[in-house]
Amino acid sequence: MSTVRKATKKSSGLGQLMIPLVALGILVLFNLIRDPSFFSIEMATNNSGNQVLSGNLISIIDSASGLAIIAMGMTLVTAACGGQDISVGAVGAIAGAFFVKIANTDNGITGGSAILGFIVCVLGTIAFMMFNGTLVAVFKIQPMIATLILFSCGRSIAYWINGSATPQLTSPIIDALGKTIPGIPIPTPIFAVILMAILLALVFKFTNLRLYTQSVGINQGAARLNGINPTAIKLLSFVILGVCVAVAAVIGVSRLHQLNHKTLLVDIEMDAILAVAIGGNNLGGGKFRLLGSVLGAYIIQMLTTTLYSMSVAPVNVKAYKAIVIIIIVVAGSPVIKNKISMLITRIKAGKLQASAAKGVE
Amino acid sequence: MKRREPLNNTQLLMTIAIGIFFVMYIAAMIFMGGGFLKVQQVFDLLNDNAYLIIIGCALTIVMIGGGINISVGGVISLTVMACALYLNGTGLQNAGGIVVTFLLALGIGLAFGAGMGFLISYLDIQPFIVTLAGMFLSRGLTTILSVNPVKVTHEPFLALVKTKIQIPFLGYVAQNGNLIPAKLEIGAVVALLIVIISFVMLRYVKLGRNIYALGGNQQSALMLGINVRRTRFLSYVISGLLSGLAGFIFLMHKPAGNASVAMRSEMDAIAASIIGGTLLTGGVGNVIGTFFGVMILATIQKIIGLSPLNESWWQDMASGALLGVFILLQSVVLSSREKRRAQKAATAPVLQKG
Amino acid sequence: MQNDAVLTMRGIDKQFPGTKALNKVDFTLRKGEIHALMGENGAGKSTLIKVLTGVHEKDGGSIWVEGVDGEAHIHSPQDAQNIGIATVYQEITLCPNLTVAENMFIGRTQGQRVHWKEYEKRATEILDNLGIPARAKQELSSCSLAVQQMVAIARAVDMNCKVLILDEPTSSLDDKEVEMLFGLMRDLKNRGVGIIFVTHFLEQVYEVSDRITVLRNGELVGEFAIEDLPQVELVAKMMGKDLNDLADLEQVGAKHEATGEVIYEAENLSSSESRAFDFNIHKGEVNGFTGLLGSGRSESVRAIFGADRVTGGKVKVKGQEVKISKPHEAMKAGIGYLPEDRKKDGIIADLSVRENIILAMQVMKGFFHPMSRSQMEAFADEYIKALSIKTASQETPVGSLSGGNQQKVILARWLLTHPDYLILDEPTRGIDVGTKLEIQKLVLKLANEENMSITFISSEIEEMLRTCSRLIVMRDRNIVGELTGDQLTQAQVMKTIAGGEQ
Repeated sequence: MSTVRKATKKSSGLGQLMIPLVALGILVLFNLIRDPSFFSIEMATNNSGNQVLSGNLISIIDSASGLAIIAMGMTLVTAACGGQDISVGAVGAIAGAFFVKIANTDNGITGGSAILGFIVCVLGTIAFMMFNGTLVAVFKIQPMIATLILFSCGRSIAYWINGSATPQLTSPIIDALGKTIPGIPIPTPIFAVILMAILLALVFKFTNLRLYTQSVGINQGAARLNGINPTAIKLLSFVILGVCVAVAAVIGVSRLHQLNHKTLLVDIEMDAILAVAIGGNNLGGGKFRLLGSVLGAYIIQMLTTTLYSMSVAPVNVKAYKAIVIIIIVVAGSPVIKNKISMLITRIKAGKLQASAAKGVE
Repeated sequence: MKRREPLNNTQLLMTIAIGIFFVMYIAAMIFMGGGFLKVQQVFDLLNDNAYLIIIGCALTIVMIGGGINISVGGVISLTVMACALYLNGTGLQNAGGIVVTFLLALGIGLAFGAGMGFLISYLDIQPFIVTLAGMFLSRGLTTILSVNPVKVTHEPFLALVKTKIQIPFLGYVAQNGNLIPAKLEIGAVVALLIVIISFVMLRYVKLGRNIYALGGNQQSALMLGINVRRTRFLSYVISGLLSGLAGFIFLMHKPAGNASVAMRSEMDAIAASIIGGTLLTGGVGNVIGTFFGVMILATIQKIIGLSPLNESWWQDMASGALLGVFILLQSVVLSSREKRRAQKAATAPVLQKG
Repeated sequence: MQNDAVLTMRGIDKQFPGTKALNKVDFTLRKGEIHALMGENGAGKSTLIKVLTGVHEKDGGSIWVEGVDGEAHIHSPQDAQNIGIATVYQEITLCPNLTVAENMFIGRTQGQRVHWKEYEKRATEILDNLGIPARAKQELSSCSLAVQQMVAIARAVDMNCKVLILDEPTSSLDDKEVEMLFGLMRDLKNRGVGIIFVTHFLEQVYEVSDRITVLRNGELVGEFAIEDLPQVELVAKMMGKDLNDLADLEQVGAKHEATGEVIYEAENLSSSESRAFDFNIHKGEVNGFTGLLGSGRSESVRAIFGADRVTGGKVKVKGQEVKISKPHEAMKAGIGYLPEDRKKDGIIADLSVRENIILAMQVMKGFFHPMSRSQMEAFADEYIKALSIKTASQETPVGSLSGGNQQKVILARWLLTHPDYLILDEPTRGIDVGTKLEIQKLVLKLANEENMSITFISSEIEEMLRTCSRLIVMRDRNIVGELTGDQLTQAQVMKTIAGGEQ
């Protein structure tokens, strides 16, 4: 006998992506009407004398890179563990600290030190994420609570790793990582997103990560009895999130040419969770669409950029953002969805009856 | 044939928190002495953290119902800013102005609580996202009201700020021989009252029990005839109102509006609730525990502040570590309890037949 | 509307996305009668009850309740309670974190205050009165499931309801508790309460009911007095088949005497939940664990599969010593396990039928070897056909299927892995007679034709007698006997369970 089932858990095909796609469409349309040249792209020379593409669209896609990458990892953690990691910003600061600590040698930043720094940064971040993962997977603590620990002290750990300093970085390598590589007109962070997306797509293609993650997220007990190791899958989701955070942190540090443990990736946890939700994913875990979360990240960034271009002061952006978020989540809410689908069936039924009536005539 | 029931999870976790608070405080008295030996120290903890105690209660109530509210800090900042601007702008330079300000504070809290509660309860939207939007909105509105700090100049209000309850017999004798009475701020008294009222509400009022039922098992609560939507809605209304009140109390402690007021205090309130034994999964928790949760966090900050490690990043690390210890402790206690219970059930077969 | 009716439902319609759950269903409940509501899975029993209790809103039709002027409008469980409709569900619908007393009174008291003392006093009275072994101040989660169920009934009893709905109340109770419940039901009936009784146990229906209403595919088949409807006919009505088709109801197939090699052998196997026991099964054998609820039969098979933490013992598969401490190792050794609790341990509700069917096989292939989509679809298709699983498509979330079809999906999942040894723990619980029969037949077919070894567990002894050639009897978590051949009679099994074999 079927029990009362939550109407929220229903999605298939494009269904889940409907809301984010429509939201994105409306944002694009709004900008086109407001300022037809909003999306124009042109070649320009940047500070370092390179020919680069510039324009709002490039800037949106570029600025959303870190968020998009972290949102991917957050989606996996959400799906597997049924909760969110709120420490990604703070752990991002730690990641940045690792990177800078190793990459920034006495001789400045060299190719070798940058690579080594990146490797150490990824490994170190994974280690910290494993701490979260262990609390969640082994000790069965709610993700939000477990990650509250690093949320509250992660930035202090970052400060401590770097010996209580906020180093400045000047190097062509940092330029290339954070802005553009000379000769390539597209900002490097965009490539990082594409690379991460391809990487994850390959992982999904050649492993059962999706099936296992969804199984664990929906019914952990049943997954275990089918030979899946839920602890390992949850830990793995945190490892992947760790890689994502590390990449986003290196981009963040390079973009600003400095490591500021207080501001690096600040508040990104909230935006990342938001991106996951806007993407139509259930924050209670289970089925997921990575693409939805990535779309969510770009929606958030486009919204911010749009507001800036309407000369809303950066500090006030939050208020407007809140209103748009509410509109999006209300549109995607199960109650509203049900009402709409009922309305559609009724209209269809009405049409059928009408045509049937005509047929009789 | 009377027998005492074993402690339930709520009581057990709360007892642990209270025990640890006293152990910590007594250790501070022994090893650090000085301020910790004075009653004023406890009063200072209360004075400084009155607003946190209030939003701690707000979070506990929502979390018992299985929800979460991360907008409380934002609502405080908005309330503080709005009240500061109103006080400075109003023609009512008397007690009337204060009353209106107080109502304004509650009104802002109520509006946020009711709005978010509606979206969560009646449109079934995830509470984390709704209250995140609430946080963005309230923080954004704060800066829209004023980017610059606003100092309150309203004389009667400033007089109220300076009003402190003096309790001579709890005071101490200073080096020059004068008796310095212990001073408790009105805000601290209000915070203690809120803890008591919340406790009574959760234990002896139907709404409170419905909130526990809701957090225990939403489906069951519905089947038992509880109006689940209204109960959840009201839990958010209460948490909104308490956030507004906390804003007013905050202003009474530091009479100035500022965009960064109560930054991240929602996370402190969540941490305090958890330390006090409230589970994010709902159905388990208690405001008395939360009160001690706030006191534990405040005491550790104080201890670090008075120690040679007096740096903000050490304080962060200490609170983080403390939180970690509590979370692990609870996890271990609850899971071992679960195991014992299962074993007991297993060794006592459901029936004997013969 | 009849004069002695306490409840009249006429022309009830209910539509769910994609299915018509109820189609113009009528139902009448008279004062002081026990009225069984029967039907196979998906027949609409639960939906009808949920409409009546305000969990679902009806799309059409009317409801009249005695004492309510005009049509009754029920929009919430609260409304239902207010007009005297009380419900006890199969799954416990109480709050585990509240006390027993509170669970009995919450949601139905006047005023805003909570009178703990009064609640506890009254709760103690009621509990004593009904002989329920629980204390008023006890936290509900510290009670056994059976006691929790009885607390739920006590709550309903205390509500002075006119209509009491018991939705599969007996599925987690043992015989003694069932008798106690029936006593309670007769008592209430004499006081004029109308009782709607939903169950899958046919014997129980004939033991207590006065009247039967049969539903099929969301439509009313008819209402009958108990004496006018023999059991076989009832089954025929529920399944919508002719009596002739049911000739084979009694005989599902020939039992198979297995003499082949020993497929699985355990010595002193124990887990965190089960005591040490010895066990073996031959190729092509069907055997079963029997015993009362809590006797340890499920815990034993869980130990075999490594579902709980294995604490000791030696295990041999096909003569080779192997280590089985987690499900994955059991699967690799060729063992499949269909768990007792379908919802909790079996289905992955939000995933599609296809994904649920291929899950175990996919896991056995390994993390790095995903199957192709077409391969999955082929397998899913094959088993949907083979087991005649009723589903809209392969992509339908399995959670939206009826219980029996969910069970078939899990069965398909394990059959797909072609195990040498398959453990079926209560595969027929909570599913309709037709599917029960199908599953029994399948078990015998697998053993006879594919030489599969199967351990079959069921609370219905007849079912086990029909399928198993050897029964292992458990009592108080120990194996107390083993029955084969002529000993396989209901009386002998009962005797052994009760401890009369010495």
